[in-house]
Amino acid sequence: MSFVTVENLFQSYGRRPIIERVNVTVAEGEFISIVGASGCGKSTFLRLLLAQETPTRGEIRINGAAPAREPGLDRGIVFQRYSVFPHLTVRENILAGESFRRGWGRFWGAERRDALARADETLARIGLDHVADQYPATLSGGMQQRLAIGQALVARPKVLLLDEPFGALDPGTRVQMHDFLTELRTQTQMTVFMVTHDLGEAFKLGDRVLVFDKVRWDPQDPNLHGATITYDFDACTGGIPFQTLKEDIHVYHTA
Amino acid sequence: MRIINIRLGRPAVVTLALLPFIAALIVYAVASDIRLTANPADRLLPAPGTVLTTAGQLLSEPDRRSGDILFWQDTWASLQRLLLGVGISATIGLIFGLLIGLIPVARALLAQFVAVVSMIPPLALLPILFIVFGLGELSKVVLIVIGTLPFLIRDLSQRVLEVPQELVVKAQTLGASTWVIAIRVVLPQMMPRLIQAVRLSLGPAWLFLIAAEAIAADAGLGYRIFLVRRYLAMDVILTYVIWITLLAFVMDWGLRTLSRKAFPWAEAGL
Ligand SMILES: Nc1ncnc2c1ncn2[C@@H]1O[C@H](COP(=O)(O)OP(=O)(O)OP(=O)(O)O)[C@@H](O)[C@H]1O
Ligand SMILES: [Mg+2]
Repeated sequence: MSFVTVENLFQSYGRRPIIERVNVTVAEGEFISIVGASGCGKSTFLRLLLAQETPTRGEIRINGAAPAREPGLDRGIVFQRYSVFPHLTVRENILAGESFRRGWGRFWGAERRDALARADETLARIGLDHVADQYPATLSGGMQQRLAIGQALVARPKVLLLDEPFGALDPGTRVQMHDFLTELRTQTQMTVFMVTHDLGEAFKLGDRVLVFDKVRWDPQDPNLHGATITYDFDACTGGIPFQTLKEDIHVYHTA
Repeated sequence: MRIINIRLGRPAVVTLALLPFIAALIVYAVASDIRLTANPADRLLPAPGTVLTTAGQLLSEPDRRSGDILFWQDTWASLQRLLLGVGISATIGLIFGLLIGLIPVARALLAQFVAVVSMIPPLALLPILFIVFGLGELSKVVLIVIGTLPFLIRDLSQRVLEVPQELVVKAQTLGASTWVIAIRVVLPQMMPRLIQAVRLSLGPAWLFLIAAEAIAADAGLGYRIFLVRRYLAMDVILTYVIWITLLAFVMDWGLRTLSRKAFPWAEAGL
């Protein structure tokens, strides 16, 4: 059963095509890694998934619903930078994940006390309870990204989009963040799209790895054609890249 | 060693900072002395001692007719006009800056209009203001508002546009409405910039205040300066000028301190 359906997706800026003919279906709970050369349109693809932009052609449906026209609660995002609110403390940032959907963006009274208790639980789970009252600027890069992921998860999105979330972290912190993300995923079972430049990371975390690349290349004008999905690796079995055979090959049948 | 790499200790910094002030005082004292030896009745550059004596009298002796100390009356009248004008200007500037920066429809409607209006020299409007609002308090406050508002709107809307788009998108994915984004994401991030912009507006605000008071008023620091100008009372004028400078400096310093205390998150940056 396909949960996210991308159909014949095109996006151009002005007359310059960035991505073209992207077709992909993703099941609920799958972890999709996206890799590709710099500037080939991975972030653009995420922005389209997020409905921050409307595609030139084609459409994206989540759970069969009509294509979204603006970002909303069902899709969460973590950017490489600027993902948490600098003017809110760590605890308030987590609280915002629940309270921003309210009329005044806040909780009051008993509701606020309950929400604060939940926020403290979340902070303990993501290991940030000791810095709850600090401002994000005082946290390390890894802690800020953990906060951003925690904040996005508190809103309970159906699909989580991650744009190079660990790009700026050192290798040690990165491995910690992988464990953190894997753990959260077993708890929440949400569908994830993650853009990364680290192939190891892509195959380690992903159930599938999508490769974006240009199939047509004009040497006179490299910008003439857009990129599309050129490979769709199955990465379920221990992160060893291999391609699923899509056709029935008779030789293997031992009927 | 290159001069750009020379760093100073605290005492040296303080000494250097005081140096221009002392130099200015000495230059004045010497110039005043030269003129007074040539002509003891000279009124243009009164001796520093004379200025001090006059200042003491101004600050403490009540007016013979009304019994009030005119100096404090003038200060109060001027501060009232200034604070009212700047306060109104900051409030309107905040609202319109937010609208223009955050909402594309409002930007399309208003941005060019504000850009054109900000080119009108406010002092050229002063006669119109006096005719429309009369010679009372209102026209002076309105002049300060008109003089500082366009800059505040343009500066603040620019700051709103500089709020990272990522934060606005992020808030939307948390279910925030336009209203919630405005009051919970953009407005708090504008506040340090508002204080910054108000600090920059205080200079023009004083200018417009004194200009308006010089032309039509019955009290106020600017009014008094232009009144005693007729008697060439330089000692009074100097006292008032120093007092205005001090007031402006204290306001600027107060706002800077407030900004640092109230928005600790803005200090470290992201
Ligand atoms: N709003 C826009 N207007 C015009 N061109 C754009 C816009 N956004 C992105 N582009 C262009 O689209 C191309 C793809 O950008 P995108 O950010 O999607 O690449 P990317 O694959 O994420 O690259 P990276 O790995 O460096 O993050 C780039 O060449 C960029 O210049
Ligand atoms: Mg990118």
